[in-house]
Amino acid sequence: MGALLRAVIRRDLLLAWRRRSDVATVVLFFIIVVSLFPLGVGPEPNLLRMIAPGIIWVAALLACMLSLQNMFASDHDDGALDQMLLAAAPLGMIVAARAFAHWLISGLPLVILSPILAIQFDLSPELSPILTLSLLLGTPILTLLGAIGAALTLGLRGGGMLLALLVLPLYIPVLILGAGAVDAASAGLGADAHLLLLAAQLIVTGTFAPWAISAALRISAE
Amino acid sequence: MNQPILLAGGINLFKYAAPQTFYPLAGRLIPWFSWTAAIFCVAGLYVGFFVAPTDHQQGEAYRIIFIHVPAAWMSMLIYVAMAFWAGVGLIFNTRLSHMMVSALAPTGAMFTFVALWTGALWGKPTWGTWWVWDARLTSELILLFLYFGFMALQAGIDDARRADRAGAILALVGVINIPIIYFSVKWWNTLHQGASVSITSAPTMAATMLTGMLLMTLAAWMYAIAAALHRVRSIILEREHGAEWLKHHPEAAK
Repeated sequence: MGALLRAVIRRDLLLAWRRRSDVATVVLFFIIVVSLFPLGVGPEPNLLRMIAPGIIWVAALLACMLSLQNMFASDHDDGALDQMLLAAAPLGMIVAARAFAHWLISGLPLVILSPILAIQFDLSPELSPILTLSLLLGTPILTLLGAIGAALTLGLRGGGMLLALLVLPLYIPVLILGAGAVDAASAGLGADAHLLLLAAQLIVTGTFAPWAISAALRISAE
Repeated sequence: MNQPILLAGGINLFKYAAPQTFYPLAGRLIPWFSWTAAIFCVAGLYVGFFVAPTDHQQGEAYRIIFIHVPAAWMSMLIYVAMAFWAGVGLIFNTRLSHMMVSALAPTGAMFTFVALWTGALWGKPTWGTWWVWDARLTSELILLFLYFGFMALQAGIDDARRADRAGAILALVGVINIPIIYFSVKWWNTLHQGASVSITSAPTMAATMLTGMLLMTLAAWMYAIAAALHRVRSIILEREHGAEWLKHHPEAAK
């Protein structure tokens, strides 16, 4: 089982490495969206400090969603997905490994970049690690939930917009808890409760989402 | 499913899982549900507008609850019903269950919209604003998005079988998320007054108000059932187009 997981993750990372520009697009999108907000709402430092966690989180949400569209699409087109469905190994494991690889490619860069973007918004040095931690816990949930949507909308016309419509409502708790963690910390309440709830949601989603993704893939690939 | 479940009268319930037996049954049931909906609605509105006393704090504006509260209840209940039929459809692979899910969705979305709309109309005189970002309003809005997502997914898939099963998965994922969404939004912000009716404590409103509200709730139930049955019949006609058994139904032959 370990060999299978390693093989799937290695394959996806290799594919991503060969198509580096796709990965860069998601990261650049994230940075640009975050940088647009000060231009929109004005450079007032207090205001920016207040809205920074929300903006970075919303941008991460959108970037995650953008990257999901090609999670299964190219495998669906070239038949690799059918091989995965037919494989003797449990589909849930393959899907979990693919979700993890996808998070490494498109979620982790956002987490790593977030302290730099936090500086742009003059977020205090105590709050910035909390933002990064909340993204570290939250972005895998976004990938897992989004993968369900990506599997359901596989090969449909207008798949991208449809995916947004399906997935964004499901992202709301993650957004609330993630951005709320920083807000709670800045209000002096401590971010523990929010972060623990995010971790709980990550565990629950990590347990059940692979099943839903597998079922959705089987329906879409029929 | 080799052992048919028998009712006391010896009626085989699974017989009605087939569209061709359910279609005429639904046709016979619709007038009953429609008429009871109409009667309960008239009775509920009469009690609500003429019998129930004016609220000493909110004045006449409170009377919108006779529509608002039943609509809000139905909006949540219908989503759960959809998830239930989606689960049944996925487990037993019954086509009719999936048709039921599709038939319920527009009615659920309608009730959600009505709940939001009447809530805004009530909020303006009472809170002084059309909209506040509080827990219940926000989660009701998200529920509306979930309904839209479900309908958009079904509309986006041409193959009926795939649309059914993809929709079923989405409905199940959605229903698991509803409590998570509700509690996260609740912790995020709470301005809304506490629930006025709960099962565990005595209601804090006058008996006639409660009567009016319950009558309207029954009307909403009956209406939702009648509308869903009507829509399910249309879906059956659409999907079974050209089937032999439909030729025995004059309205379908057109």
